[in-house]
Formats: sequence, C-alpha cells, structure tokens
Amino acid sequence: MADLALPFTRREAIQAAADHLKRRQRRHDLAVRFTAAAVILALWEIGGRQISPFLFAPPSAIVVAAGQVIGSGELWKYLQVSLRVFLIGTTLGTFVGILAGIAMARVRLLDLSLEPLVIALYSTPMVALIPLLVLWLGFGDSAKVAVIFLFTLFPVLLNTYQGVKSVDPKLLEVARSYRSGVRLAIGRGLVGMVVADLYTAVSGVGYLIVRYAQNLQIDRLFVPVVVLALMGVTLVQGLRWLEARVAPWQHVRDD
Amino acid sequence: MPQGRVKIRVERAARIFLRAGVVAFENLTLDLYDDEIACLVGPSGCGKTTLLRCIDGLLPLSDGQILLEGRPVRRPPEKMAVVFQHFGLFPWGSVYANAAYGLKLSGAPRDRIDARVSAVLKLVGLDGFTQHYPYQLSGGMQQRVGLARALATDPDVLLMDEPFAALDAQTREILQEEMLRILEQTRKTIVFVTHSIDEALLLGDRVIVLTARPARVKRIIPVPFPRPRNLAAIRADPGFGGLRARVWDLLREELRGQEREDANG
Ligand SMILES: Nc1ncnc2c1ncn2[C@@H]1O[C@H](COP(=O)(O)OP(=O)(O)OP(=O)(O)O)[C@@H](O)[C@H]1O
Ligand SMILES: [Mg+2]
Repeated sequence: MADLALPFTRREAIQAAADHLKRRQRRHDLAVRFTAAAVILALWEIGGRQISPFLFAPPSAIVVAAGQVIGSGELWKYLQVSLRVFLIGTTLGTFVGILAGIAMARVRLLDLSLEPLVIALYSTPMVALIPLLVLWLGFGDSAKVAVIFLFTLFPVLLNTYQGVKSVDPKLLEVARSYRSGVRLAIGRGLVGMVVADLYTAVSGVGYLIVRYAQNLQIDRLFVPVVVLALMGVTLVQGLRWLEARVAPWQHVRDD
Repeated sequence: MPQGRVKIRVERAARIFLRAGVVAFENLTLDLYDDEIACLVGPSGCGKTTLLRCIDGLLPLSDGQILLEGRPVRRPPEKMAVVFQHFGLFPWGSVYANAAYGLKLSGAPRDRIDARVSAVLKLVGLDGFTQHYPYQLSGGMQQRVGLARALATDPDVLLMDEPFAALDAQTREILQEEMLRILEQTRKTIVFVTHSIDEALLLGDRVIVLTARPARVKRIIPVPFPRPRNLAAIRADPGFGGLRARVWDLLREELRGQEREDANG
C-alpha cells in the first residue's frame, strides 16, 4: 500500500513537529499584529494632538470620552436601540433572502423572470433609497429596520441563489445517485451564503450608525466608531472561525 | 461463465443528446448477471459513462428500457451504488462522513452506521484515517473512500466508471489487487468501465467490447481464469496473451472506424 507506507508512529511524530511549527508561526504573526497596532495608535495619538479637537481626536481623548459615555449610560441606551434595529432588520433580511434565493435558484420561472430585477436592486446603493423609506415610514425605528432589512436582503438573496446554483455538478450527481440531490444543493447554498456574506451586512449597518451619530461631538463620535470597529473585527473573526468549521478545505494553507 | 440469474437487462436501449446532436448508444442490448464482474471496454467517447448513468437512473433513456430485477429503472435505486472516476468525495466531510453518506440518508440507526462504516473503512485499508478530510489524502486513498462509500450500503449492483483512471500506474496496480480481494469476497453485480485491457482481464468474468459511437455490444469475451486471482499469476498465464490480443484486435477495428468518422464529420 504505497500511499499508506508511513508507519503510524512516524506519521504522528511528523504531525507533532508540524503542529509545533504552526504554533510558533502563529505566535510570531500575533506579535507582528500587536506591534503594528501599537505603532499606529502612537502615530494617531501624536497626530491627533496637533489637530483641532473640533475636527479630530487622539486615542486618549476617546478613552476619556468613552468613560463618560459609558458611565452616564448614554452609550448603552444608544447601542440598545441600534442593536435592536440591527437584529430585527438582519434577521428578517436573512430569512426572506434565503427563502427567496432558494426559490429563485430552484424554480426556473422565478429565475427567468426575477433575476434581472434582483441584480438591478442589488446594484442600487440602498443609501439612495433612505429618503424614500423615510417618506413612507417616517423617522422612526420602522424606517431604520426597513433600511437594514434591505441592506441584508439582497446580498443574502444573491449569495444563496449563487450558492445553490453553483454547487459542483459532479457532486450534485453523486448526491443524486444517493437520492439526495435537492438536499445537497440547498444545504451547500446556505453554507456558501453564511461564509461569503454577512460582511456586507455588517459594513452596511456600520455606515448607517455612523450617519446617525453625526451630531455628536468629535471625541464622542469616535466612541461608537471604535465600538463598531471592535464589533466588526469580532464578527469577522467569528465568521472566519465559522468558515474554518464549515469549510475546512478552504483553509488549506501550506501545511 | 455467468452462472447467476439476470440482474440487469438492457433492452434495445438508446440515448440521444438532442442539443449536442449525439447518439451515445442505440439499440443496445445487454444482460448483466448476479454475482459477476462485467468489464466494459470501448473507444473513448463511445457512450460508456452515459450507459452507466442510464443504468443508475441518473439519465432517462430515449428509447428501449433498462430493467433491474425485471422492473424498469426510473430513478437511482437503493440497490445500486456508483464509484466515480473523479472520486466524487464531498470536500466538507471527513473520511468517516463521506463513507457514511449513503447509510445516513437511508436512516439507519447510529450504532449500525458506526459499525458498518468502521468495517468498510477497515476493508479498504483506511482505519486510522476516519477524521481526515479528502484534501489531506492522496488520490489512491480518496478512491478508497469512494469505494467504501459505495460498499457501505451493501448494494447489489456496483457501477464503477474508470475508478482508477485518475491514479498513477503504481497506485493503480495496488488498488486493482485490493479491489480484486474485496470484490471476490462479495457477491454482487459489478459493472466496471475501463480503458485498460489488462485491468478488464484481471478483474472481469466477462469483457464486453462495445463498438464506436453509437455504442452497441460488439463481442462478449468470457475470461476463464480461476478465482481467487492475482495480477502476477494472470500475467504469467499462457492464455493471457491470446485474450489480450483478441480484445485489442476488436478494439482496433472500432478505433479505426471512429477515426474515419471523425475525419469525415
Ligand atoms: N450531457 C451531455 N450532453 C451532450 N452530449 C453528451 C453528454 N454526455 C455525453 N455526451 C456525448 O455523448 C458521447 C458519449 O459520451 P460518454 O461520456 O458516455 O463516453 P465514454 O465512452 O464514457 O467516453 P470516455 O471513454 O472518454 O469516458 C460523447 O460524444 C459525449 O460528448
Ligand atoms: Mg466515460
């Protein structure tokens, strides 16, 4: 058995050595990231002190402002509203997007008749629709939910659609030979959606929150920006982790 | 040589690809028996893969019929499994998950799946690799998984479409011998498509030579070597050279015909 020639213990030894190397590489990468972050923060601090506080704020001022904003409960109040709007909007958008995406990919009639419309709407910057939505729904939460819904809907719809459609026809045939073609197509479509998407939704929502925050003072403005950036980084890392779980073969580097 | 009952009957079957304007096969009649290994050989592009897909019910016939135990095949039967040339493993599943795929879908209880999958993986020499992913395996090992997945549901019929064509020569020989060992232990109808005459003579009870497109059965050659077989003994058998030459001559006639057609079309 040529392709199994290594005895088991030998293979384990090689595996252990490889794991060790990988860990060392990871520590090194982490050190580089932290150093870079520190340098950037330092430059920001030095630069920020040279500029008028009406235009810009150094990290130290933001930390002070963050203390105030958090202490007074202002941030939490603000975030709470945003998060609720965010959750409702993205949940609705994801849900509807997935269903519509599957329907479009599997039903030829829907595919032919709706695809151009969906692509057109997908390419429309949703920001352009905000005044219209405000006109219809007022300035309240429902308008915000609607905006976030639309932000989420089209990327999710299109990704699901493409995911379901682009399942490898060879693998689809394998699944069909086990009488389970439809299941494979839809299951894979959803994974494609989760993996490829949500970034869009997150960045879109971030943009909106920043817009709503425009009347804050500069140092305070930076607080939600920073909070949001942190949330973004966390989410992206979380998605990466998820991707490694659901699609480990896409994570093959040179190991 | 075929002793068993007829398992699959292909009756005046035709498959036409209208859009491509290709008649893959036409008026093709062929019986496949219980407990035999039938090797299909024929010129490249003559319609072997298409025939397998029709037998498995993945593709409808344009004319004629294919009967499994007397009943027409309309969709992939549970009694059949396919081993693909491209392995067809799901990259998102471990070796274990891939091998268990068919059983899981059949709704078998978990402990039965576990026991069965362990047994087949052991049979193909992959115990100890259950948690690996396909991308971590060599081609030979991947096809072992493909074979394990097909064997796991214990199908009556195994359709194998050039399962070793994507492998290098050494790996291919190793897998041929192992396949022989495994298949000789089971009693199934095995339809094995190959381009290698040696492989057909090594594995097959019968070699079914197909004509150039549109494919039809040109000649059926019984392979008399006793079982259990092994590669070296068969190559050394005095009858081997003669059989090989006979199959070659039949194929050569078809290849020539095909070339002439290609030149005209
Ligand atoms: N889905 C399809 N649509 C149109 N034409 C097809 C399709 N599948 C196969 N064909 C054509 O039918 C003919 C037979 O193809 P098939 O793949 O069955 O041949 P084959 O004998 O398996 O060839 P090979 O030995 O190269 O594997 C070829 O001319 C091929 O181009
Ligand atoms: Mg083929």
